[in-house]
Amino acid sequence: MPERVMFTMGDIACAEGALSAGARYFGGYPITPATEIAEWMSKRMPEVGGAYVQYEDEIASITSVIGASWTGVKSMTATSGPGVSLMLESVGLAVMTETPLVIVNIMRGGPSTGQPTRGQQGDIMQAKWGSHGDYQIIALTPASVQEMFDQTVQAFNLSEKFRTPVFVLADETVGHMRERLVIPDEKDLKLEYRKLPTVDPSEYLPFKADDDLVPPMGLFGSKYQFYATGLTHDERGYPSDKENVQIELVTRLNDKILKNSDQIIDLERFMLDDAKIAVISYGTPSRSAKKAIRDAREEGIKVGMLRLKTVWPFPEEQVAQLASEVDHIIVAEQNLGQVYYMVKAYASPTPVHLMAKPAGMPQLPHEILDKIKEIKSI
Amino acid sequence: MTESTPVLKHPMAKYIRSDRQPFIYCSGCSIGIVTGMIARAIDNLDLDITKTVIVSGIGCTGRTSGYFKTGTYHTTHGRAIAFAEGVKIANPELEVIVVSGDGDMAAIGGNHLIHACRRNIDMTVICINNFTYGMTGGQFGPTTEHERYSQTSPAPVGNIEHPFNLVKLAASSGAIFVARWTAVQARRATKSIEKGIQKEGFSFIEVIGACPTEYGRMNRFGDGVTMHKHLLEVAEIQNGLPPHEAELDYENRIVCGEFVNIEKPEYTAVLREMHKKLKE
Repeated sequence: MPERVMFTMGDIACAEGALSAGARYFGGYPITPATEIAEWMSKRMPEVGGAYVQYEDEIASITSVIGASWTGVKSMTATSGPGVSLMLESVGLAVMTETPLVIVNIMRGGPSTGQPTRGQQGDIMQAKWGSHGDYQIIALTPASVQEMFDQTVQAFNLSEKFRTPVFVLADETVGHMRERLVIPDEKDLKLEYRKLPTVDPSEYLPFKADDDLVPPMGLFGSKYQFYATGLTHDERGYPSDKENVQIELVTRLNDKILKNSDQIIDLERFMLDDAKIAVISYGTPSRSAKKAIRDAREEGIKVGMLRLKTVWPFPEEQVAQLASEVDHIIVAEQNLGQVYYMVKAYASPTPVHLMAKPAGMPQLPHEILDKIKEIKSI
Repeated sequence: MTESTPVLKHPMAKYIRSDRQPFIYCSGCSIGIVTGMIARAIDNLDLDITKTVIVSGIGCTGRTSGYFKTGTYHTTHGRAIAFAEGVKIANPELEVIVVSGDGDMAAIGGNHLIHACRRNIDMTVICINNFTYGMTGGQFGPTTEHERYSQTSPAPVGNIEHPFNLVKLAASSGAIFVARWTAVQARRATKSIEKGIQKEGFSFIEVIGACPTEYGRMNRFGDGVTMHKHLLEVAEIQNGLPPHEAELDYENRIVCGEFVNIEKPEYTAVLREMHKKLKE
């Protein structure tokens, strides 16, 4: 399909991004503020020969998405915090069985039912630590309608490349704002697809990784037969309670994300070159921060921003590097401090100041400007 | 020994991962028998094992999928049917079989079971009902009879709760094929599994099994052989009986047979029709 231009909302841009990435299976359950993705998919998926399936709950949704992915179909779900809470057990299953899939979380106010129609960024740590056990996750944080499209495509690419679930973590404001969206010509999109095995089926070891730490994926219906389980398993996929098998598997599952993090981490450096104060932000608050930084620059304050387009894996080295360049770091996020603690861990001894806002309206530009001035006066 | 003894190979061994033997099942358990039924059904129907997917959840029966040489997957607890739905919808060419236990399917996975019945996605679900959570040591579950003993329903009262009748549950939820057999009625049960596989829609086959290690021991039902003999004695075949009359009274009467066999538009077939209409 040639290039298309739309004036649309972030949720719909996300759905279109998934379709452009080649997603042909959506399993979901209606939830505010992600419902528009489901509604859009219910119309669009059949048009492209795919399936929109509405399940009885989010648990069935995510598990069905794992099943669909094992047939070789790019698959996804979209929900909000309460839905993610229900999905987390099977997020672990997807991690353990190395299943590519995308989970979109249009973040709303929490805890619990919270404020369904108001945005927040309270699910950053949930995405990282929500399921039990040691694992790494990939999470992208778009800040505009166009990024909702672009980063959903990227989420699929990363999930396919590293055979792992990937979160798109967008706050409600990004999900519901309307902006111009350019959907590129499909031939201009770079799409990834999981590695498939090439060995003789009799020699196939379904969980033996290549040098990139990712194993080629046998699919249901192919000539490769396998057993996949959420139990700790060896290279054959067979369950094992041996200590070395557990250590090797868990280490590899973590390393395949951490050691490939340079291919995953995506950051925007905004006016940072001569900055003495750095703002770290993502999603909607980062838009306020840009305006605040421009205003501060007009007043001669040397301030810039490191905008996180990905929060997981955490950009440890980049934050440490930034901390060595500036005198102060301000973390502006729409919660009571989540990325803040990660920044503190890697910025030390550079002082890190939290600008928290655990509510629907993000930090406004003048509020961030005031904070910048307050820090400058220290 | 100078002469080599001929090794007899089980006729169904070709479908089983021999490098994963022995099974984890206790002696006297019914799950091995049902594993054999599934293998025989696959064999009798001459299914292409590369196009067959066997899925199970967690628990003793949950381990069954992993012994087959087809594509197999061992899901989180209770989610086998939900996983299988994704597989079947994403690739309707595949033959999807789910095998799991009563706890996995009727307690933690109960919601998925009833909604899958309602949705009518073509798959065959085999529930081995041994009335207990065997893997965790024998606690009462959703099919444990009232006043039966278990690790969590001790004397003097036993189980305070009342059981599901899975045949009634599946039938009233909309399954298009519903049958119940005991593990000793292997030929009849295998036939029903074959019918379920051949039917286009959601088929549910309950197989009443014995857990002598846990449930049997705590309720003084005797060893595996005794328990299976009992199943044979109390099984009462009533093919075609309205499903709401398919009673299950472990002590006296287990009504067996095929109770539902109807036609209804199947999910993936309707979806394919929709794809066609949208192309026109």
